[in-house]
Amino acid sequence: MGDLEDVYNELIMEHSMNSYNKKNLENADFCELGHNPNCGDEITLEVKLNGDIIEDMAFNGHGCAISQASTSIMIDTLKGKTVEEAKEIVKTFIEMIKRETTNEDDLKKLEDAIAFKNISHMPARVKCALLAWHTIEGILNKERK
Amino acid sequence: MNHEEIVVKDFPILQNRKIVYLDSGATTQKPVQVLNSIDKFYKNYNANPHRGAYSLSIEATEEYENTRTKIAQFINAKNREEIIFTKNATEGFNLIAYSYGMEKLSKDDEIVISIMEHHSNLVPWQKVSKITGAKLNYMYINDEFELSDEEIESKITDKTKIVGITHVSNVLGTINNVEKIIKYAHKKGAIVVVDASQSIPHMKIDVQKLDADFLVFSGHKMLAPLGIGVLYGKKELLNEMTPFLMGGDMIEYVYEQDTTFAPLPNKFEAGTQNVEGVIGLGAAIDYIEDLGYENIKKLEDEVVSYAREKLLELDFLTLYMTPNTDNHSSVISFNIKGVHPHDVASILDSNGVCVRSGNHCAQPLMRFLGVDSTCRASFYFYNSKDDVDKLVNALKKAFEMFKKYIG
Repeated sequence: MGDLEDVYNELIMEHSMNSYNKKNLENADFCELGHNPNCGDEITLEVKLNGDIIEDMAFNGHGCAISQASTSIMIDTLKGKTVEEAKEIVKTFIEMIKRETTNEDDLKKLEDAIAFKNISHMPARVKCALLAWHTIEGILNKERK
Repeated sequence: MNHEEIVVKDFPILQNRKIVYLDSGATTQKPVQVLNSIDKFYKNYNANPHRGAYSLSIEATEEYENTRTKIAQFINAKNREEIIFTKNATEGFNLIAYSYGMEKLSKDDEIVISIMEHHSNLVPWQKVSKITGAKLNYMYINDEFELSDEEIESKITDKTKIVGITHVSNVLGTINNVEKIIKYAHKKGAIVVVDASQSIPHMKIDVQKLDADFLVFSGHKMLAPLGIGVLYGKKELLNEMTPFLMGGDMIEYVYEQDTTFAPLPNKFEAGTQNVEGVIGLGAAIDYIEDLGYENIKKLEDEVVSYAREKLLELDFLTLYMTPNTDNHSSVISFNIKGVHPHDVASILDSNGVCVRSGNHCAQPLMRFLGVDSTCRASFYFYNSKDDVDKLVNALKKAFEMFKKYIG
């Protein structure tokens, strides 16, 4: 039960059920759909840039508590960062979930998103936690081109 | 014999892992008798059937072919050549779709299936429809998650050439009256493909009484190993069909540019077969016959009716199940209102309760029900009332965790 209580903690529950990031953006620069056909989870991410800075982000969609909270917390973490900083954070988050890094200094960059660390022990839920992060990865890589 | 004795005697995994296994609709656990039969095969008879003139290969052939006869008797097929081994139910449906559907159907024809079909008895028909131009129509369920007579009779028409119907829904547990559907379809000149994957583990199948044209099931949902399935087809239909897969053992004479094909059943069994799977399926049938469908029903009824009663008491649940218990098998789909089924399944898992969550290979049904996914508990004779109590307790825990956040 240990891992599970860590995962379904106050922060994640609040973000999953009543997220203030769940809304539409006006004049978004990017709008991208992410989905897991296996479970039917779907999110639409909207990103507004100001030069190199992620000025605003929001999402819509539906899915499990993990996918919804992960999306909302990701938005909190990435807002205000430069595209390059955001890419680095996304990379670190994916590495954390895949258990490819445990470097504490790196993980600090994740801010609240570190709350998902124990998902790495729940293989059935890894996809849920990564949905938004893979979606933003697609947007950020597009931005570079 | 009670549930505990069965588990202790025959199902080591359920004892060793101390879990509540409620996913038999996905695959059942295997009794030691099935495991031992495979061990015995490899230690005593292993050779490639139909290939060698030496006695070992002949013995392997006998083991393999005797199981075919056993299955024919088990489902009361008129001829043993009507039993074709496949790798799973999906392959069976594809065989029918390609070797019958593609050949026989054309633009003005119709295929009718139910909205509760598993993707395996749905996607192949989409393909047939796209290639031949035949129209694919659906029979929808009513508020009680059942197919009404009116729905059946309005959808199966004189244009219908193929009806695909599951005997028991893998999501809803609804038992369809396939005998009645077959009778009506035959009156309209259609043939019927029955999916018995979710019914044959629980109830006696008699293909002659049903008058099914084709009937398909997989072994692993009825105690047998993974990777073995059965297609039953009426001899006259199978005989006029072209082979599905080409290659070794399904031929008669092969020339540089032409081939004549073997008679039934080899015509549809290309390449070296899953002999251990066939042997294991034979042992699984022995197990079911020794225990008896009557006892299986008695053991299951006690637990499933208890589960229905206990789950209905939980007012935080939505249940997707017919109120007519006579038409309901041992699958119960549910959701905790406002909580995603994957979260529920994770919490149940951490309490040692295995249920499936997702769309259960039935996305059109999910869409029809207006949900993305559900949790599903599916029972078999080795489950006990204690398993139900553990499920209910774990569900209460899950609800407690989410209660204050549910809007």
